[in-house]
Amino acid sequence: MSTSLEAAGSYPTIVIRPTRGPVPPRIGELWKFRELFAFLVWRDIKVRYAQTVLGAIWTIFQPLAMMGVYTYAFTQLARINTGSTPYVLFALSGLAVWTFVSRAVFQGTTSLVNEIALVTKTPSPRILIPMAAVVSMSVDFVITLALFLVFDAGYGRFPDWRFVFVVPLVSLTFVLAFGISLLLSALNVRYRDVGQALPFVIQLWFFLSPIAFPLFTPPHAWETYLQALNPLVGIVLAFRWSLLGTPAPHGLFVVAVIVTFVVLGLGVAYFARADRTIADDV
Amino acid sequence: MSEIAIQVRDLEKRYRVWTHAPPTNLKERLAVAGAAVGARLRLAREAQFRQEVHALRGVSFDVPRGEVLGVIGPNGAGKSTLLSILARITEPTAGYAELRGRVSSLLEVGTGFHPELSGRDNVFLNGAILGMTRTETARKFDEIVEFSGVGEFIDIPVKRYSSGMQVRLAFAVAAHLEPEILLLDEVLAVGDAQFQARCHARVREMTSSGRTVLFVSHDISAVARLCHHAILLEHGRMTYQGPAAETVEAYLARNRRDDADELARAGSGAARVRSVDVTAADGSTVIHAGDSVTFAVELDGELPAEEPATIALTVKTTEGTALARLATEVDMWSRSLECTVEALPLNAGTYIVGSTIEQFGRLIDEAVTIAEFTVVRGEPLADRRPSTPVLVAHSWSTDRVSAAAVRSGRGR
Repeated sequence: MSTSLEAAGSYPTIVIRPTRGPVPPRIGELWKFRELFAFLVWRDIKVRYAQTVLGAIWTIFQPLAMMGVYTYAFTQLARINTGSTPYVLFALSGLAVWTFVSRAVFQGTTSLVNEIALVTKTPSPRILIPMAAVVSMSVDFVITLALFLVFDAGYGRFPDWRFVFVVPLVSLTFVLAFGISLLLSALNVRYRDVGQALPFVIQLWFFLSPIAFPLFTPPHAWETYLQALNPLVGIVLAFRWSLLGTPAPHGLFVVAVIVTFVVLGLGVAYFARADRTIADDV
Repeated sequence: MSEIAIQVRDLEKRYRVWTHAPPTNLKERLAVAGAAVGARLRLAREAQFRQEVHALRGVSFDVPRGEVLGVIGPNGAGKSTLLSILARITEPTAGYAELRGRVSSLLEVGTGFHPELSGRDNVFLNGAILGMTRTETARKFDEIVEFSGVGEFIDIPVKRYSSGMQVRLAFAVAAHLEPEILLLDEVLAVGDAQFQARCHARVREMTSSGRTVLFVSHDISAVARLCHHAILLEHGRMTYQGPAAETVEAYLARNRRDDADELARAGSGAARVRSVDVTAADGSTVIHAGDSVTFAVELDGELPAEEPATIALTVKTTEGTALARLATEVDMWSRSLECTVEALPLNAGTYIVGSTIEQFGRLIDEAVTIAEFTVVRGEPLADRRPSTPVLVAHSWSTDRVSAAAVRSGRGR
């Protein structure tokens, strides 16, 4: 404590007043807290595997086991036709997206309530909390994607130039998971029912998305577009296009992009509105 | 010193809490919304379920730069609300506040500490949460470990620490913040006496280097020692403002008065103990451990004439453990009495006085709490460890055996 403070004049001033309307996210402040953000992500990842014997192997094991189960169920029991694509690769490409989205949405939604001390005891921007939760789950995506590449090579196949689209696609997936997390985490602060219903809703979502099986409706039928209101439809099909060379989803993907950004907009707007009372409600 | 670091004007805070349903139940809310037809009606229905809490009602004060301002008051008076507004955790409903300088808020020791992470990891994480940069924390890391006394345990998970170690490490991080304005909530009440002394020394150091501190505490003895000025909050209003010792005294006086009014009484009620005032020999209500203390008892009503009655004061801890019983016989003409305790053998802390009047085995009057008093550390009975409420004047002597006796197995 040796720093002596200079005379008046140079002090930054904070003015505290009631605000009206939604609080716009303070972007400059987010940048100031980038280190905290990085720490939160790092902590989430580190803590996830603390005191597990197998550590990161769990992240590999889970999609692998899922893949095994789906492969048995949908090739032996249900005999699903995935065209020229081996079912294993079909499932893994879907699981890469699904493990990330489902776990990110779950972690993101419960993050504010789990981090109650950060919310009520520190002035750090609260939007960082769901954001960090979602970002920390990208580890799952990377590992499942690596798993996919291994199996892909096992079949003697390699991704072509379309592989570069994985980056914008995963960014879009992140935007979707983040938008949903913003909306649901703020709601969960008020109504813990959200957290209770979530596992069930996520399960439903799985069966409404073409993760383990393809779409059963013809590409341009109106039923297909109705299903595509679930943005995961367009996103998963686009991933398969990029990884497996299946037909491009075109219009379905456009719908996915629009829905994703609408969800993000709603999430940001609701979070901004709720932000003011989160500490009082938690 | 006239320059103002913190300016607070007419600060108001209202928020609504759910009274009927817990705030977690969507069903209840749907029922409320669904039962109503129009939006207007819906709001009216919702109002039945939500109750407004008026936590702050127009609080205004200034803190000059370099000063330590204490905020005291009973539970629910709005102390923590005031602090969370200034720390920008929650917004005021009306009014404004200005803080001139880099602000750090320490509302809890060890926010974000994760049991699975090592002490080292937690220091960096907590540093980031408190607004320190990585390089800043790295620069002070050795100092922080040194201050905490955690030593070689720094690289093992915090869940293996004793709770005392955890708290010391957490405070050590916070103590190395270098803000211009520090908002502190209750955090000094941690660790053993020795560590507390270091914490207090640290806060004093921080203030002597020109920092402005707002210190919220239940520990009024800490407020009396650390703060220049203090304000008293009650039911969201600032009811006293002045030098710390005066504010503490005003708070204590108010406690005594309230207690005498609202207490559950038992007994026939023919006579009552109206009040008990606890004062040090110099007349002050701030009592130091080891002071000579007077309990002044005022009686009301008429004692039945037949027999002498017994009046007893019981000194208890705030948890209700009786520590001492001070009893005497009185006759029907007694109106006020005084009981003096030479060298009060109580450690720093808050104590409760209960009273009873008994006559021939019949309970005439009983007050569970007739007065409350607070003891601060002091000579001649110096504070050792605040873990025991009772201080006993004592001395030790040792009888030593010779080393030869030990070797031959006879010594013990």
